Amino acid sequence: MSTVDLYRTVRLIRRFEERAIEFVRSGEIVGGIHPYVGQEAIAAGACAALTSDDVITSTHRGHGHVLARGADPGRLLAELMGRETGLNRGRGGSMHAADFSLGILGANAIVGAAGSIATGAAWAHRRQGRDTVAVTFFGDGAMNEGMLLEAFNLAALWRIPVIFVCENNGYATTMPVGSAVAGSITGRARAFGIPAFTIDGQDPETVLKATTAAVTRARSGKGPMFLECLTYRFDAHHTFEHRARLDYRSPDEVAAGVSRDPVVIQGARLSEHERAEVDDEVEAVLDAATEFALGSAHPDPADALKYLYAVMP
Amino acid sequence: MPKLSYLKAMNRALADSLDTDPSVFLLGEDIRVAASNLTAGLLSRFGPDRVLDTPLSEQAFTNFATGAALAGMRPVIEFQIPSLLFLVFEQLANQAHKFSLMTGGQCKVPVTYVVTGSGSRTGWAGQHSDHPYTLLAHVGIKTVVPATPTDAYGLLVSAIRDDDPVVFFAPSAALGVRDDVDFSTLGPVPLGTGRLARSGRDVTVVALGHLVHDALAVADELAGHGISVEVFDPRTVYPLDLDGLAASVAKTRRLVVIDDSNRTSGFAAEILAVAAERFTLDAPPRRVTRPDGAVLPFALALDRAIQPDRDQLVAAINAVLEDR
Ligand SMILES: Cc1ncc(C[n+]2csc(CCOP(=O)(O)OP(=O)(O)O)c2C)c(N)n1
Repeated sequence: MSTVDLYRTVRLIRRFEERAIEFVRSGEIVGGIHPYVGQEAIAAGACAALTSDDVITSTHRGHGHVLARGADPGRLLAELMGRETGLNRGRGGSMHAADFSLGILGANAIVGAAGSIATGAAWAHRRQGRDTVAVTFFGDGAMNEGMLLEAFNLAALWRIPVIFVCENNGYATTMPVGSAVAGSITGRARAFGIPAFTIDGQDPETVLKATTAAVTRARSGKGPMFLECLTYRFDAHHTFEHRARLDYRSPDEVAAGVSRDPVVIQGARLSEHERAEVDDEVEAVLDAATEFALGSAHPDPADALKYLYAVMP
Repeated sequence: MPKLSYLKAMNRALADSLDTDPSVFLLGEDIRVAASNLTAGLLSRFGPDRVLDTPLSEQAFTNFATGAALAGMRPVIEFQIPSLLFLVFEQLANQAHKFSLMTGGQCKVPVTYVVTGSGSRTGWAGQHSDHPYTLLAHVGIKTVVPATPTDAYGLLVSAIRDDDPVVFFAPSAALGVRDDVDFSTLGPVPLGTGRLARSGRDVTVVALGHLVHDALAVADELAGHGISVEVFDPRTVYPLDLDGLAASVAKTRRLVVIDDSNRTSGFAAEILAVAAERFTLDAPPRRVTRPDGAVLPFALALDRAIQPDRDQLVAAINAVLEDR
């Protein structure tokens, strides 16, 4: 993927999130969101390393992954607004956005749950003779969920082509990673025999390079790899946080974090003209997305439990 | 006619399913050596790619199965201890069951969870003796509790073919039940269809799993006293065969439920609620259950004291027939 493509992705995610936050404030989006602002390089870089047959799983902070994987911004925004045209027909919302046609097996709101789902999917694809790799994203908080550690064991034991991408933004809600993780994050993966690396999660090119190596290795049958991406969440844990006025990060810390902005880092690799062109293009895409979402119908309350079962006798 | 045991019938259902559908595979703890006997012979016949021994990682391998199902496979997990379902309640109730709705119908999760030896296993005490089918039904997961080898075969085949998650409870006290079976007549039994295990005129006894056999024994005994008991076996706890139940109760107008799960919010409570909403009864219905919040104590006499038994059933039947 080219420099400009990576920039387009991080810029798209950033502006999508900024608009989504506005829609939370205006009440168009009910229930709030977990903004991905500041972490865009990870989704952009990791998804750029994948082919169309590959699959991903995501988290409660999932918009970036879903967009980077190529989901339609209009349908994602419609999903956040609970519209019938949304990716999940308005049945999933922010924390469950999925697009199976693009290998997006769903954002998952249970911390640490999706790693084992991605592992099973990757195993199944290999059994079906497909050359698929799965990438599963999760935060530093998930490193303390036993289910995820169990998945590391299965993946390593059975050499499953799954790449564990830990987005270490320093906090699980308000809990600092240093107060939560005994030992080291990569040490936990290494204990299962999984090669694990810590990389700069603010630079899309760095993430792309590391993920490409992991993907190549996984496709060649050598099994899982673990990437700890050091990043920073610029905004609140959740859009409710402003109301709660949680105090857990110093202004100095936030300023230092925000100074390494993936959109700026990637944008600096483009000429001003190229950048402006992409920025305009992104705004046009998001204008259209907004118009599409706002103009879409709400689901019929009579269909509230539609899709609960594939078949109900 | 050849005799078929309940456990052998399940084994046969697995073998037939593996044989006819390459997307079916089995996973679980110690299933290659068939520790519970359920999977006996399947490793040598189908190989290690389709009969997977898993490490002791219930949460991960249950979600692993969901992931494999999302990718087009039909996993069958064996849980050899009923209480392990408590460990994976998140993966069943919160993941597998919810995927279809939450994604707006983009996917299906055809996983079957087989609990081999549910309920009291005689002397296995508190953490090995639950029979938690009501919990799954409450969540809305398709739940079956067959009573006979023929139904065990037919419902397991249907569960595996079904496109949704299905939990299959094989009660420990039913595993040894044997039927005279003409193998050529074995076939799928549709989920959600009940079975009249015995027809009668005076009272409908609703029973599930091993308790169907107790109900039949009680019906035999009471027949000698001039009481005609009908035994209705719903076979599937969720969805429930309401029409079958209604037809039986319309005939007898009296109802007793025997249910080997806890009383409050249990399966029996549900049947009584359905009766209150829909049926005209000639006497208040009764239920025979485990006590509220029950935990099975170890000592045999205590273990037995907690489970619903034939004497309690006789007493309940007599009570609903009192003002006949
Ligand atoms: C199993 C579980 N526990 C708690 C929560 C509530 N919760 C939602 S997000 C979150 C923090 C997760 O932190 P991390 O994994 O580091 O991801 P981040 O929010 O930083 O992206 C918590 C505790 C949950 N959704 N799931």
